[in-house]
Amino acid sequence: MKVTYKRELCQGHNRCYMLAPEIFDVDDEGYAVLKIEGEIPAELHDKAQLCVDNCPEYAIELTD
Amino acid sequence: MSIDEQADAPSAGVEKAPVADWATDFDHTHPDYAANAPQIWDELRSSCPVAHTERFGGMWIPTRHDDIKAIADNDNGWYTSHEVVVNDVQDQDLLPPPIGPAPPITSDPPFHADARRLLLAPFGPKEIEKLEPFARSYCHSLLDDALADLDDDQTFDAARAYSQHIPVRVIAEMLGLPPEDGDKFRTFIHHIVENPIDRDLPYEETIDYYFDVEIEKCKADPKPEGEGSLIDHLLNVEIFGEKLAHEHVRGTLILLLVAGIDTTWSAIGSSLWHLAQNPDDLARFRDDPDVRIFAVEEFLRLYAPVTMARRVAEDHELRGCPLKAGDWLLLPFPAANRDPEAFERADEFVIDRQKNRHGAFGLGIHRCLGSNLARMELAVALDVFVERIAEFELIGRNQVRFSTGQIRGPRELPIRVKSFA
Repeated sequence: MKVTYKRELCQGHNRCYMLAPEIFDVDDEGYAVLKIEGEIPAELHDKAQLCVDNCPEYAIELTD
Repeated sequence: MSIDEQADAPSAGVEKAPVADWATDFDHTHPDYAANAPQIWDELRSSCPVAHTERFGGMWIPTRHDDIKAIADNDNGWYTSHEVVVNDVQDQDLLPPPIGPAPPITSDPPFHADARRLLLAPFGPKEIEKLEPFARSYCHSLLDDALADLDDDQTFDAARAYSQHIPVRVIAEMLGLPPEDGDKFRTFIHHIVENPIDRDLPYEETIDYYFDVEIEKCKADPKPEGEGSLIDHLLNVEIFGEKLAHEHVRGTLILLLVAGIDTTWSAIGSSLWHLAQNPDDLARFRDDPDVRIFAVEEFLRLYAPVTMARRVAEDHELRGCPLKAGDWLLLPFPAANRDPEAFERADEFVIDRQKNRHGAFGLGIHRCLGSNLARMELAVALDVFVERIAEFELIGRNQVRFSTGQIRGPRELPIRVKSFA
């Protein structure tokens, strides 16, 4: 599982960073920064799904 | 009339004509709307998803999540944010587009991005986290006082004694304003947001005057960047190589004060209102700290306080409705948050909701700048409340009045303490 993050859609709601700081950080202006570009470890799969399901701007997707 | 009574008088003497039909005669400033907004949104969404009214000079009201998101995204540039609070008053001294009277919320692209960038860092999540101990300690001090003054029935008004003070005190800290000015702030907000028609005030009683004075004080005692308040920050920064115009600084300060106070106060109040009537949710929230990260977002979804507005910039159709340039367009994010097409069990409070793309802080480029601050205040206010009061219940449910206008929340919250923690 990989996380795809579209920076141009991010409006800085910070929901992903709150729910999964292991996967997302924020920059100085509060926009999300994806920390794991490659394969997401199995123990973080649920959290990755939470990031997708709680992004109000539909900026995060999962790919196999 | 005291400040509190004045701020709480419904529509301050303005008689509202009864609403004939919410689909064709909508009025969000009517007391019936305050009492029944969720039912009105649900009925409109299923029968007439874009309502209209001749009031306010003509206004459209979408209630579906997809329409509201598309308008907020504004991909075609069909809407302007130059005015975001619906009013009948033509201000004479508005900053011209694309800046608007309260940048950046009233600014349009491309100016918007630059004006907003000046403020993003101080409102980022890591900066806001530093204020949490201050907010927590202040919440405890409010409850110290409220619980010391409990009457024989163990009752108190959690809106007046608790929720309304928290955002006022925290924003005063950020702006470097005297904490004792809280009553003044609430009066300003009443005039601007809840009752925007009543603006015929002498200059010395206006928020413009208040900030003109505060800005002069900061100018007389300049602070290096990073050492002063947010006012000092705005006086230090530059946009396009120049210092901000006085009207820009003042407009932004007005925005930060107005947008940050009765919005968050309403969210805290609505959340406590819910917990006071739902003992199972209260027990889960109190006993399971891990659920709180989801519960706070669910409070924000179901009880989103803020409705924004836009002006139509170009004639076009929305679901067959002929929108004309200059028409008002209301953006009821709380209605979007209850759309069953976008949320499962949309009208229920699901304390551990896992899928929650709510738009309580707006959507698109005008996402609430203070969302991290508001969320922190809400989370801390609820944490502290249940740390001190294990069980509480609402008394006199019918006496609780929700505010009219674009900010929705309970203005009284009489509760009885059943047991302390």
